[in-house]
Amino acid sequence: MKSLRAILSAAAVAAALAALSACASLGSLDALSVLNIAVKSGEAVAKSFEDITPEQEYYVGRAVGANILSQIPPYEEAKTNAYLNLLGQSLAMASDRPETFGGYHFLVLDSAEINAFAAPGGLVFVSRGLLRCADSEDSVAAILAHEIGHVVKQHGLKAIKTARFKDAGLAIGKAAVEELGSAELAKVTAAFSGTIDDITSTLVNSGYSRGAEKEADLAAVEILKRSGYDPNALVRMLVVMKSRLKPGGPDFAKTHPDPEDRIAEIRKVLPEAPAVAAPPARQSRYKTALGKI
Amino acid sequence: MKKSSILAVALTLLAAAAVFAAPKQMSVTVKETQIRATPTYMGKILAVVKYGDRLQVLEEQSGWAKVNLPSGKGQGWVNLAALTTKQIALKAGEAGSASGATSGEVALAGKGFNKEVEAQYRDEKKLDYSWIDTMETYLVSPEQVLAFLQAGGLPAAGGAQ
Repeated sequence: MKSLRAILSAAAVAAALAALSACASLGSLDALSVLNIAVKSGEAVAKSFEDITPEQEYYVGRAVGANILSQIPPYEEAKTNAYLNLLGQSLAMASDRPETFGGYHFLVLDSAEINAFAAPGGLVFVSRGLLRCADSEDSVAAILAHEIGHVVKQHGLKAIKTARFKDAGLAIGKAAVEELGSAELAKVTAAFSGTIDDITSTLVNSGYSRGAEKEADLAAVEILKRSGYDPNALVRMLVVMKSRLKPGGPDFAKTHPDPEDRIAEIRKVLPEAPAVAAPPARQSRYKTALGKI
Repeated sequence: MKKSSILAVALTLLAAAAVFAAPKQMSVTVKETQIRATPTYMGKILAVVKYGDRLQVLEEQSGWAKVNLPSGKGQGWVNLAALTTKQIALKAGEAGSASGATSGEVALAGKGFNKEVEAQYRDEKKLDYSWIDTMETYLVSPEQVLAFLQAGGLPAAGGAQ
């Protein structure tokens, strides 16, 4: 993955250099350096989510999170959220992207629907309805590991429409030359707003592609293995979700592939050996934190 | 003819030497991270570095980069997830000229989607960010992670590496 990204970024550099030499009037470094989007064309643009800086990803994630919370309120139980953050951070550290600009943070949503969202940069939201499908810390770990997988793979940023990069790139490229005047600020904010809409509507309405869900599931299995949790817990969670999701429902039923299809893919990478039973201490702290969720 | 080909070879070698002799510079991509004594999150913290800081990478090992400490005295390890080969310029015009970086290698910090744009967006949409800010106060240290994993009977070394 790292090497692929290196190749892609090398290609981007080459494209930028070619554009530079072809267009001497664009010689101002500042004008080109923000997202490098204004100078790109063709297939390079399709990859330009990779040019969103970690800092920009952070602001995008905060806005997506604020939009989710404007639709579903938080569950304001401090001990529950503290437990979720301990577990979530433990898993994030075992992922391929243990650090992000603003770090990973987890919050329970006060909703009976079965839902979870990962905003870019590491803000992860899980509904009480989804947590109620779990019966152990390993199962909750499976949920969180799947969401962390979306953050690692930057699926949120990939949901931004290609055309948006062009708008944002042009607006931002211009704005970089000088301090943001009110007109430029309005333009960049409009591009930002469109970007947030793209991601939020993907998360809440249309869902990611099957491929993205599979990637997140595979990342979850890897995270669970590395941290010592039972990766079979992901399958157990999906079996329960399958029985509780109502077809045509507004939650996971709408935004995720059928759990059965996901299970079939996950089974291919699960270890043969049966998992070691969780020690009583793990089950007891899970019961204390989430037993009554 | 012979002379020119020797010259060409010599020039190529010189160019190659220049490339390999240049130490690899990487930039910090997270708000703040730690340089540790060993390539693990349990390693002792030797220094704290911030977004955009440039570090000289000496070697890489299972997801960690060995870097020179900013003080110039000694070396430590930073997780590669917190580093990029791109240069991050904190101010317009700061990057490039001194280092010779091309535009494609530079990302400008604080521009584009930034704090100012967030404030404007928040006002326009009348969005409440208070719980997002609260979430960001939920911090878990590597030591807490280690204790949590150990108490749960989990092979902590794997999760906290």
